[in-house]
Amino acid sequence: MSEVAIRIEGLGKCYRLRHQGAVRYNTLRDDLVNWMKAPFQFLSGREKKGACEQEDFWALRDISCEIKHGEVVGIIGRNGAGKSTLLKILSRLVDPTEGGADLFGRVGALLEVGTGFHPELTGRENIYLSGAILGMTRHEIQRKFDEIVTFAEIEKFLDTPAKYYSSGMYMRLGFAVAAHLEPEILVVDEVLAVGDVQFQKKCLGKMKDVSVSGRTVLFVSHNMSAIRSLCSRAILLKDGRVAADGDVEKVTEAYMALHTDSKAFAGNLAAHPGASGSKKVVFEWARVGHGDGVENGQFCIGDDLHIEFKIKAGAKVVESFLKLGIMMRSQDGIKLCSLVDSDSGFVMDDFCAECELSVKLEDMRLYPGTYYITLWVGDITSINTYHWVEECLSFEVIDGGKLTSRKLSRAGGLLFWTPEWKKNNIKQGHE
Amino acid sequence: MIACQEKKPYWKIRPQKGWNPLDLLELWAYREVLWMLALRDIKLRYKQTALGVVWVILQPLLPGLIFAVIFGKFARLPSDGQPYLLFVFSGLIPWMLFSNMIQRSGGSLVTEARLITKVYFPRMLVPLASGVSVLVDFFVSMGLMFFLMVLYGVPLQPVLGLLPIFLLTAILLGAGIGLWLSALNVKYRDFMYALPFLVQVWMFATPVVYGMAVVPEKWRFLYSFNPMVGVVEGFRLCFLGKSSVGVEHIALSVGAALAFFILGSLYFRSVERGFADKL
Ligand SMILES: Nc1ncnc2c1ncn2[C@@H]1O[C@H](COP(=O)(O)OP(=O)(O)OP(=O)(O)O)[C@@H](O)[C@H]1O
Ligand SMILES: [Mg+2]
Repeated sequence: MSEVAIRIEGLGKCYRLRHQGAVRYNTLRDDLVNWMKAPFQFLSGREKKGACEQEDFWALRDISCEIKHGEVVGIIGRNGAGKSTLLKILSRLVDPTEGGADLFGRVGALLEVGTGFHPELTGRENIYLSGAILGMTRHEIQRKFDEIVTFAEIEKFLDTPAKYYSSGMYMRLGFAVAAHLEPEILVVDEVLAVGDVQFQKKCLGKMKDVSVSGRTVLFVSHNMSAIRSLCSRAILLKDGRVAADGDVEKVTEAYMALHTDSKAFAGNLAAHPGASGSKKVVFEWARVGHGDGVENGQFCIGDDLHIEFKIKAGAKVVESFLKLGIMMRSQDGIKLCSLVDSDSGFVMDDFCAECELSVKLEDMRLYPGTYYITLWVGDITSINTYHWVEECLSFEVIDGGKLTSRKLSRAGGLLFWTPEWKKNNIKQGHE
Repeated sequence: MIACQEKKPYWKIRPQKGWNPLDLLELWAYREVLWMLALRDIKLRYKQTALGVVWVILQPLLPGLIFAVIFGKFARLPSDGQPYLLFVFSGLIPWMLFSNMIQRSGGSLVTEARLITKVYFPRMLVPLASGVSVLVDFFVSMGLMFFLMVLYGVPLQPVLGLLPIFLLTAILLGAGIGLWLSALNVKYRDFMYALPFLVQVWMFATPVVYGMAVVPEKWRFLYSFNPMVGVVEGFRLCFLGKSSVGVEHIALSVGAALAFFILGSLYFRSVERGFADKL
């Protein structure tokens, strides 16, 4: 029978938010001035200023759960859901405001790569420093020193100050030290989102080793495929509360389906405000999704994008030849494409009354962001527009996925291409 | 069914209120972190200065020489019949230990904000480690003092055996005030700007460049409410064998040092749980 490793009961964390102009920290001068003013304020009976400028904000509320020894649990949620806050409370960095947690074992936290590193110190010195700060004894570090160095691949630079390291080397070393911690409970916050793909693969591999070694692991990530491959259970946080807890597949699905700014389904399109055309044929509804018949407006790069819709004859006399088109535009107004059915070799020549169509865009390579879809149906000559619904659907591409876990900024591009790279060695110098 | 006894939790996380006592056991368990942090401070100090190790010697010697020239040669302050350089240096040693300790540890939490928000260890280790790193300078200055004494042909006194008492008092006082200042600095970031000035004023209220002998007899007891008076004059007594300091002044210093240390660490412990949120 497995024992409890972490028990969380009614945990809550409240932050005081100050508004407008209020500084993050007090100055002694201000407080002194306030103290001197205070007696006069008391005399004049006025309320103390400043009280109204504060607002309570619950970053976490009513969190309760039990995690057994040896369980590997993924913690997911959108930005600001409270994931890091939860880990910080469990690693004793911050105090909860209410409730509590019992930890049955030594906790090691990996909230950042390279904790305690100093750029002026050499790799060797940094290993000892960071190791000690993270909770390893000197003997432990000595024992694992070679392993750490090999994992980080910095043998040659061991006695070079870390400031001369490339950022990749720096992170490799940081992760290597942390990865050799051996606490009974390990909490890891999004450290895999850094470094190149090679490094991430390596980290993921190491995390796998840790997770099968029977240790309890709490693992925060936005990378659902990493979560799925590492964890058996996941907890979904939403606005500081537990929105779902259980089997990793179900919970990650729930995460994907969380309300977003995307509009994955549109019904009653004939009355859509952005619609025009003769309405001889009309769209009835439309949706985007992952091809399972459920609307879902969230995609990762490399996913298949399915656009499904139903068209219906709007008039008595039905044209059997139709032409269909799909336009897409990005958040910043760039027109991405105008897809026409005949370009894909699809011809609609037997339309009668109504039918459902689906368009599958394989291996979608758009950068993270929101994209809008416009639908068009007209006659075969493209001269007459029957129905044109502007931007009735939208979908969102988010970070993560099977192709990359690098953070991609929309400012960096629009298309995520992975072309083939080749190298041609050229002999140096002439003999 | 048999009711199974549950294992006791290794750690309980609860909202904390009120005062926390000093947890010496935990500090002891984390002693390696203290040592590594102090070692890092020392390494950095000598790596980052161009002069490197020379700086260790120049740092105490330069002010000693300057004071000796200004106050000894020009102002001709009395020095109890001792060479003025030795006289001022014997006072500078404990003073620099103390003032460097409070200044270094005072700013330490804010400089280490990144560390404090990312990993748990007793927060007290950060200001304490800064204090420990100052001890290295202290021992170098001690060596220098003995060298100067040989140079001037001043014999070692048997009272030198009392030095550990004064050293400990200086450390307790420096650590206590340093802890308090470092915690205060998290709340009031503007405080550190005022500190060098306050330290400067405090130095002139302490018998560093002048002797306690110049203070009129009837004021001496009041004067020694400055806890550094007993410490500085105590050091002078140990090195040079002569001082106007009395047992009552020393007792006051020791008492004040203990009080500052206890109050400083209590204050620190009571506010430390908010550090990670505020930094
Ligand atoms: N020290 C603080 N003071 C005030 N508010 C804070 C503080 N720390 C966190 N918060 C707030 O608490 C909320 C939860 O933050 P948290 O860092 O836990 O989010 P997260 O789930 O880790 O998000 P991300 O995915 O972006 O890392 C946020 O709205 C944040 O603004
Ligand atoms: Mg976070």
